[in-house]
Amino acid sequence: MADLVISNLRSQVPGLVVQRLAALNLCLHGAEITGLNGPSGSGKSLLLRAIADLDPSMGEVSLADCSRTSMPAHEWRKRVAYLPTESGWWFETVGEHFLQTDIASLQKLGFEADVLSWKITRISSGEKQRLALVRSLSREPEALLLDEPTAALDESHTLNVEQLVSDYMKQRNAPVFWVSHDPGQLNRLTRFIINIQPDGSIREQVR
Amino acid sequence: MSLISLSAFDLAIAASLVLLVALLQWRMRLGNTQALLIAGLRTVVQLLLLGLVLKIVFAASDLYWITLMSIVMLLAAGREVMVRQKRQFIGSWGFLLGTSSMFVSAFSVTLLALLVIVQPDPWYLPQYSIPLLGMLLGNTLNGITLGLDNLTRSVWEKRIIIDGRLALGETWGSAISGIRRDSIRVGMIPIINAMSVAGLVSLPGMMTGQILSGTPPVEAVKYQILIMFLIAAGTGLGTITAIVIGCRRLFDDRERLRLDRLR
Repeated sequence: MADLVISNLRSQVPGLVVQRLAALNLCLHGAEITGLNGPSGSGKSLLLRAIADLDPSMGEVSLADCSRTSMPAHEWRKRVAYLPTESGWWFETVGEHFLQTDIASLQKLGFEADVLSWKITRISSGEKQRLALVRSLSREPEALLLDEPTAALDESHTLNVEQLVSDYMKQRNAPVFWVSHDPGQLNRLTRFIINIQPDGSIREQVR
Repeated sequence: MSLISLSAFDLAIAASLVLLVALLQWRMRLGNTQALLIAGLRTVVQLLLLGLVLKIVFAASDLYWITLMSIVMLLAAGREVMVRQKRQFIGSWGFLLGTSSMFVSAFSVTLLALLVIVQPDPWYLPQYSIPLLGMLLGNTLNGITLGLDNLTRSVWEKRIIIDGRLALGETWGSAISGIRRDSIRVGMIPIINAMSVAGLVSLPGMMTGQILSGTPPVEAVKYQILIMFLIAAGTGLGTITAIVIGCRRLFDDRERLRLDRLR
């Protein structure tokens, strides 16, 4: 049982009024991508952040029958990795950000091993996005929350990223929650999509 | 050698120099004119009042008066730390964080100096206790203000990085470690500079004052060394206390970055 079970989840960011968004009840199955879409500002990122416990929230979330409240928050986030659209880089070179280097994954996304010595100031936003994904995966999370992971990428890189995530998820039996604005991408990847409506209600769509 | 007394005219000449700078700032549209003028005015009014108050406190030499005066000085310093922050902690934290850090550091170091090192009789003799506390508060205030301002500003600017590190499963302490180290370093810069150039570039204020009033230079030097060490200890303790507590306050019990706790 590697299911990520979400019950009655509602983001409660202080001072933010996106609270029209209905509470989320959902079970994400292992080795399966669930899509999430909705208009900008409808609270997709807030939902993922609430699942990762990065923002205060109401409700329960558990992974493989382990409640997030049963462990320290950093332990939970190590297991349930949230990948933000805009990644943070704080050391001077790419390689310093990796606890363990995963050359195979880097190559699948079109990098050579020398990327690890690249200076952060010189990498593009598309490169950052791909590197951030490899960085997250290299910490071996058990579930993935991906916030528009291909927003800054061209088509061939997008397909590479989709392939890498699919491989990882099958290998680890990991549930994946994937935010995308691209209907084509969600059609390719998922059989189950969560739609946030403009009025804040949540509709489930099985294809 | 007796002290040369200053006339009002002497002070007016010095004041006109400050006015000249203010005029320049105003003409060149550099801003900050008002802040300079207000600070100058505050210096005059506050120091004149202090002169009067010290006259009374020195004459009374009473522990209650000295305690009262210390508390007023502490509260004023705490307020100053708060208003110097571009992004303050909201609620009572904004005031209490700086004030309690200064209480812990400046007060304990002053007490130690009075009871163990200088040992005036009585130990609270105002001619010693008030200037000592004043110098310690003034300098720890500097360190804590600089450190906290650096902390809150950096956390705001680097929120994406901190949040990203949390999302990667790092502990809150690890996510903010670099900023914490930098903030403590920034708070300590003034006193480290002062100790490094003391006697080479600058003649520290207290020593200058003692020499002007006729103390033998070597005696003045000994006092200055003592004061420098006390200030370094007080600033270090105060800055570390404020930054460590401030960092903790920026995260909640689930290790989330809580920028809503800043103004």
